[in-house]
Amino acid sequence: MEIVNEVNLTIWSKSSNESYARVAVSSFFTQLDPTVDEITDIKTAVSEAVTNCIVHAYRNTVGKIYITARITADRYAYIKIRDKGCGISDVKQAMEPMFTTAPDEERAGLGFAVMQTFMDKVKVTSAPGKGTTIVMTKKIRPRRNNG
Amino acid sequence: MVRIESKNENLYAYLSGEIDHASSQSMREEIDFEVEKYHPQKLYLDFKGVTFMDSSGIGLVMGRYKQMEPIGGEVHVVNTSSHIKKVMSLSGLDRLVTLE
Repeated sequence: MEIVNEVNLTIWSKSSNESYARVAVSSFFTQLDPTVDEITDIKTAVSEAVTNCIVHAYRNTVGKIYITARITADRYAYIKIRDKGCGISDVKQAMEPMFTTAPDEERAGLGFAVMQTFMDKVKVTSAPGKGTTIVMTKKIRPRRNNG
Repeated sequence: MVRIESKNENLYAYLSGEIDHASSQSMREEIDFEVEKYHPQKLYLDFKGVTFMDSSGIGLVMGRYKQMEPIGGEVHVVNTSSHIKKVMSLSGLDRLVTLE
């Protein structure tokens, strides 16, 4: 997959950075001339992934979240969000809708379900004690000129 | 942000701005404070002014349902955009609250 552009962003796992992260990543992809719906989908998926890092990976601590956004020649928006937090022992279980380890905080347990709904592909790799990496891709379709 | 009005034994919470993990906590605290004060029959959550919402919004609605249920109250979710509807549809919230 030929990469035509890339940005890398490192943020601290603070709630106040959630908005910045989703706006920064989604605005990078405006180069692909996406629809408002496509941009909102990306924003929502990034918001979920970054929130997971803050709420779960770096629970009760602050760590760094590493974000890579890429545009490929075949118009894919590629997003990688990586943390060096607690990791997930059972990724399959964590991805089940409504599963949450933080019910008291009114987390709905739908973060991964939202990512899977709003992006074309979501891949999660994790190792307990080492961290989690989420790679998400979405094809941005060329818009027809309605002239 | 949230603006809350009490009218005819019902409570109207007008939500605005972005709903995420960072902003939802203060919203839920403000709504819960008013619910405890008024014990409304119906709680209307109005999403007209909401510009963005992730799954934190689902938690916000589910949590208010759990607060209204013991007092015999209902939750009505109104003025949702197509994006917000799409996020909410993942949760099965429509079985618990009225989506209008």
